[in-house]
Amino acid sequence: MTAPAPTRYPRPHVALLAALAVFYGVFAVSDRIDPYYLDVLVGVGISITLAVSLNLVNGFTGQFSLGHAGFMAVGAYLSSAVTLFLGPRLLGEEGGSAFGQGALFLAALVTGGLSAAVAGLLVGVPSLRLKGDYLALVTLGFGEIIRVIFMNIEPLGGALGLNGIPAYTNIFWVLAVAAVTIFTVHCLVHSTYGRGFIATQDDEIAAEAIGINTTRYKIVAFVIGAFFAGVAGGLYGHFKQTISPAGFDFNRSIEIVVMVILGGMGNTVGVILAAILLTLLPEVLRSVAEYRMILYSFLLIVLMIARPQGLFNFKYRFGRAKS
Amino acid sequence: MLSVQNLEVSYGAIRALGGVSFTIEAGRIVTLIGANGAGKTTTLRTISGLLRAKAGAIRFRDEDITALAPHRIVARGLGHVPEGRMVFSNLTVDENLAMGAYLQRDPARIARNREYVFSVFPRLKERLGQAAGTLSGGEQQMLAIGRALMGDPKLLMLDEPSLGIAPKLISTIFEKIVEINRHHGITILLVEQNANLALEISHDAYVLETGRIVMQGPSHDLRANPELKAAYLGG
Repeated sequence: MTAPAPTRYPRPHVALLAALAVFYGVFAVSDRIDPYYLDVLVGVGISITLAVSLNLVNGFTGQFSLGHAGFMAVGAYLSSAVTLFLGPRLLGEEGGSAFGQGALFLAALVTGGLSAAVAGLLVGVPSLRLKGDYLALVTLGFGEIIRVIFMNIEPLGGALGLNGIPAYTNIFWVLAVAAVTIFTVHCLVHSTYGRGFIATQDDEIAAEAIGINTTRYKIVAFVIGAFFAGVAGGLYGHFKQTISPAGFDFNRSIEIVVMVILGGMGNTVGVILAAILLTLLPEVLRSVAEYRMILYSFLLIVLMIARPQGLFNFKYRFGRAKS
Repeated sequence: MLSVQNLEVSYGAIRALGGVSFTIEAGRIVTLIGANGAGKTTTLRTISGLLRAKAGAIRFRDEDITALAPHRIVARGLGHVPEGRMVFSNLTVDENLAMGAYLQRDPARIARNREYVFSVFPRLKERLGQAAGTLSGGEQQMLAIGRALMGDPKLLMLDEPSLGIAPKLISTIFEKIVEINRHHGITILLVEQNANLALEISHDAYVLETGRIVMQGPSHDLRANPELKAAYLGG
């Protein structure tokens, strides 16, 4: 049930196609799976998309962004706007055919992703001159600004948010998007062009000294990361069927950052596993009700002390070159 | 090949360079010596565009490069090996070299530069698949120089290549620098704290003190200068 990691395969394209086929198979039998497990699995898939896309920024490129939830919000709102306001006009009041809905949803997700990417560009160009904790603060601020803007747009429901979003998200969409995200990030980072991301993270000055435009790499990472966060937001909106600004606050950003750190910065397989673990953990801990969040936090502390290099980071990676 | 005129650089309110001027003729090894904090690294970083000059002009091969972005300066044939052997420790030796050819488009030329790097540093060829972070200090320095050579520089700027390297390897590295200059006609700008060594292999030298050039001339003459001897060459 876990999304396969193309890292292990010599040909990521083949792995992607195989994964999509398997996911379609899962979708075909999904009415025989307990709806609770399906919901959890949808949550896992969205988490993987968010964490792997943030890993491109925070892990591979070494920029600490705390605004991922903001981009998710942009994607959720814009894609929901497409299906809510354009949908009835395009498909008619009855809701249209399954194919029509699918095409509309795809268009909505792409719209959400592209708007988030534009937001990423607007945020990234001015703020990526900053480094480390300053950048973290600025992205945190931008994430909050995006949230507050949505809170004040009345046509999009203001503080109440949007309701009655069609439930287009299903297990196939979620897992397919997760697989495409993993595929894109993997291929990007392992391409000749993409080594520039790792070089930027390893040593910015050395990277610039050999002619890499590090600013452009940071912005590209930021925009691509924001795109997939936006798509994940679209999936989330059409899964929950209701979204409000409060759902995309700074806690959500932190959650995604924790997945990346716990999985091991710049380690795709680790980040996927961490996303799965951190999404399942609150579900597993449901039985201990009120102690759930205490236990969750406690586990996080223990994990970070025990494995600071990332829980699932088995391949030893070296620290930055000392300057 | 390179001329720097009245270069002024500040970090906030702190002035690092107060009007530095010097010129480098093609084919020479020129060294910039001086104590810690004299502004040597600042000078190199400003030339390669990593820092912005407050005033002054930098001309490289008859073109004003003062306001150009670093990647455009590299593309014009000015290589920079930064201080502290900044190799990409997460990438292999092979990948580091490939990154050095980042702006090169001609595969035949890249292959030729690669062979050339291996001819200068055969050790790198043995370590191709190894992560750069696992190399010894000297090997990392070789890799940093090799990586800069992959960019096909006309002028190579080296920032403290002897820093933190086993003494035995320092002389090897300096021999290689001379070899790069002599056999391949690459002009060298060498920044060094080890003034003795730098003066030994260079043609011309400039002495930098708190952001100003205080002495200049043929390296051979400076080595005999009593003032310089007292200040930098240990009597």
